[in-house]
Amino acid sequence: MNDTPIKPKAAERMKIPRQAMDARNAVARSASFAEVNLGFVEQVAMMEARRCLDCKDAKCVGGCPVAIDIPAFIDRVAVGDFAGAADVLLRDNALPGISGRVCPQEKQCEAKCIRGNKGGDPVAIGYLERFVADWAREHGDRRLCPPPKCEKKAENVAIVGSGPAGLTAAGELAKRGYGVTVFEALHEAGGVLVYGIPEFRLPKSIVRGEVESLQKLGVEIETNVVIGRTYTIDQLLGEMGFSAVFIANGAGLPMFLNIPGENLKGVYSANEYLTRINLMKAYDPNSSTPVMRAKEVVVVGGGNTAMDAVRVARRLGAERAMLVYRRSRAEMPARIEEVLHAEEEGIIFEMLADPAEILGDDGGWVRAVRCVRVQLGEPDASGRRKPTRIAGSEFEIPCQIVISALGTRANPLLTQTTPDLKTNQWGYIVTDENGMTSKGGVFAGGDIVRGAATVILAMGDGKKTAGAIDRYLSLNRRPT
Amino acid sequence: MTYQVLDARWLSPNVKRLRVRAPHVTHNCKPGQFVIVRALVDGERIPLTIADSDRAAGTIVLIVQVVGATTKALCALEAGQAILDVAGPLGKPTEIHPVRHAVLVGGGVGTAVIYPQAKALRDAGARVSAVVGGRTKPFVILEEELGRVCDDVFPCTDDGSHGFHGFVSDRLKRLIAGADVPVDLVLAAGPVAMMSAVAEVTRPLAIHTVASLNPIMVDGTGMCGGCRVTCGGHVKFACVDGPEFDAHLVDFKELTDRLTAYRAFENCAMERSA
Ligand SMILES: Cc1cc2nc3c(=O)[nH]c(=O)nc-3n(C[C@H](O)[C@H](O)[C@H](O)COP(=O)(O)OP(=O)(O)OC[C@H]3O[C@@H](n4cnc5c(N)ncnc54)[C@H](O)[C@@H]3O)c2cc1C
Ligand SMILES: Cc1cc2nc3c(=O)[nH]c(=O)nc-3n(C[C@H](O)[C@H](O)[C@H](O)COP(=O)(O)OP(=O)(O)OC[C@H]3O[C@@H](n4cnc5c(N)ncnc54)[C@H](O)[C@@H]3O)c2cc1C
Ligand code: SF4
Ligand code: SF4
Ligand code: FES
Repeated sequence: MNDTPIKPKAAERMKIPRQAMDARNAVARSASFAEVNLGFVEQVAMMEARRCLDCKDAKCVGGCPVAIDIPAFIDRVAVGDFAGAADVLLRDNALPGISGRVCPQEKQCEAKCIRGNKGGDPVAIGYLERFVADWAREHGDRRLCPPPKCEKKAENVAIVGSGPAGLTAAGELAKRGYGVTVFEALHEAGGVLVYGIPEFRLPKSIVRGEVESLQKLGVEIETNVVIGRTYTIDQLLGEMGFSAVFIANGAGLPMFLNIPGENLKGVYSANEYLTRINLMKAYDPNSSTPVMRAKEVVVVGGGNTAMDAVRVARRLGAERAMLVYRRSRAEMPARIEEVLHAEEEGIIFEMLADPAEILGDDGGWVRAVRCVRVQLGEPDASGRRKPTRIAGSEFEIPCQIVISALGTRANPLLTQTTPDLKTNQWGYIVTDENGMTSKGGVFAGGDIVRGAATVILAMGDGKKTAGAIDRYLSLNRRPT
Repeated sequence: MTYQVLDARWLSPNVKRLRVRAPHVTHNCKPGQFVIVRALVDGERIPLTIADSDRAAGTIVLIVQVVGATTKALCALEAGQAILDVAGPLGKPTEIHPVRHAVLVGGGVGTAVIYPQAKALRDAGARVSAVVGGRTKPFVILEEELGRVCDDVFPCTDDGSHGFHGFVSDRLKRLIAGADVPVDLVLAAGPVAMMSAVAEVTRPLAIHTVASLNPIMVDGTGMCGGCRVTCGGHVKFACVDGPEFDAHLVDFKELTDRLTAYRAFENCAMERSA
């Protein structure tokens, strides 16, 4: 098209520095739930897009779990054709406004970026993806609303769970003409996107917008339904008339430290703490949801969940919000950007420390965590260096709240009530490469198959499995 | 889905009975299970026992005692209004084994739990006695309803204004001692102190005793761990592993303590909503 005058030559492109993302002032934001990142304006987005070398063998695409055509969408941004960019993005990813914000880009697409590996900064693919999604939403671009339904199919599909895997599958199946009902245990759809990830990282209006566009497509969302209790999988397939089921109920069982003092008042799982604050709006002083606030808060863990919990604690007024982690900073699995933002917000990092006991006062309230110093040994089979405790190195951290953010496991509620569903030794559902389980007509994807993973992998599973469900139902359809 | 209140009436000065449209809950629900309810926009999610359910009509009965902001809002509802959210049924159903004589002990609003249990045990062929308590006469609830499904009902009041003068646990002790058919199961639901006292009555007699625990809950699906209780030295999530546990194994002291976690907060919330 008309792109030649604007796009500079490769050598010119290499000279453009990576464009910074403006963020809210660190002092102001550590008392606010408003989104931290402010987004690119059009000129900055186009400047950043011009840094892309439009590689023939674009390695970035291989780093993206859903293989977005990254050079193609960035090319459209570079020439100011943002609607065209949205078109490209949506071919491979139904929810770019979400993945652009929460993907661990530095480990995925941007890690593979050739420009980055030539000894510079990689192209800010995530920021550009977010920019395009936001632009399209703000401009009421029809392209971000899914296309009209194709011919109506006779079958109905039930989806268990409304996290990124369930929502993506719902959209794909509805577009193919199936009747789709999503069953969600909580009172609001979105899964971890609404109950876990806080507003300052992923505004809930974005998730709500996506859910509403699915409803416009004809997807039914039934909240307050716990599959395994309200209805069983067999009832869905039997008396309730669904022809297939997609299980996307996440990995929501919290792990605790298993140390003395864990049932003291003031000890939370990150799931409970974040649910009270995000889903049940305890950050709003007008909400009737109770949540504890304290001057000194210790969060145990080093992943995204730990980072979210400690930054939330800071925003609820903790003067000393501290992260305690068994390994060193380099090993923390959290997104790099969140670690940097947390640091700017005054979060204290206590690395190489292992909690041994939570100490309480006479009233049964937390008063401190007793930790042991650890050192890292040689890398083990998984490549991670194993921490070992140093004798006699115990120390106490005074605090009134302890939040355990050690990760989650498979919740057995649904699998226990569906005995013919094969699970592995950790309770995750076993599927073939198409997402099909051991039970006829039942598919699964997202965290309940992979173990706690990422949003984009869950969305990828939703999309891929929707295709498999379509093929399965087409094969089983009697010729009319 | 709207969860409409079809009728509402006070059973005692602080306990209201609500019949609510919630067809999905009636599908599989069994005695001992509960729902999670949300009454206020952006507010708390609280657990309430399913006191009765009617599959054909698609309705359930909730019996709610005013203790804080959410229960107060629920008890302000009249027929024609609606509850924001009703999720369920949740928790494991009561295990109904063939027993000869079951005694069900209900304190205050805990009586709501024992009513469906009584029906199920009667249907299983057991002799069923109920001991129900309240502060004074107006606070003893469901006596008449229980009378229709139990062999005997023994009301108790702290001040002697109705029935036995004293605690339900004392009445239970006397009942066990004088029972013509030996008591081989006790189910208790009510304030923690009451369930703990019941456990101490039956412990020396080695009568199997089950308590319906009422820790603070959030999701009711095993996702948050807020409802954790210690039972036989193991940490359990009451919403999925319970709410019913062997009363002789429960750490009631810890449960009592954990229930006070939000006391200061709740006093503020009540004042605001006053
Ligand atoms: C605090 C936190 C922060 C995170 N940050 C990031 C991040 O920055 N980047 C990233 O890529 N990943 C992040 N993750 C991981 C990511 O959120 C998950 O991998 C992803 O959400 C998994 O999607 P899912 O669709 O499989 O399940 P979930 O998002 O877990 O959704 C499952 C849904 O199913 C519902 N459900 C469960 N059981 C039932 C049932 N029996 N019946 C009906 N409904 C049921 C649940 O209520 C829930 O709504 C984070 C996770 C957490 C907890
Ligand atoms: C499985 C289960 C079944 C229940 N069934 C019923 C029922 O059928 N009818 C009924 O009226 N209540 C029932 N409860 C108790 C009910 O959930 C609480 O009374 C309710 O959560 C209080 O909410 P609130 O916002 O009104 O009060 P809050 O403001 O949250 O609390 C007010 C006071 O009540 C105490 N409290 C908080 N939560 C509980 C709790 N779960 N149990 C006891 N005290 C609590 C607090 O310490 C505080 O002092 C049940 C609880 C459980 C776990
Ligand atoms: S979806 Fe994630 S990994 Fe893929 S291009 Fe976007 S930010 Fe990168
Ligand atoms: S590897 Fe980097 S420079 Fe090359 S096409 Fe992908 S984003 Fe552009
Ligand atoms: S209420 Fe959350 S795990 Fe039981």
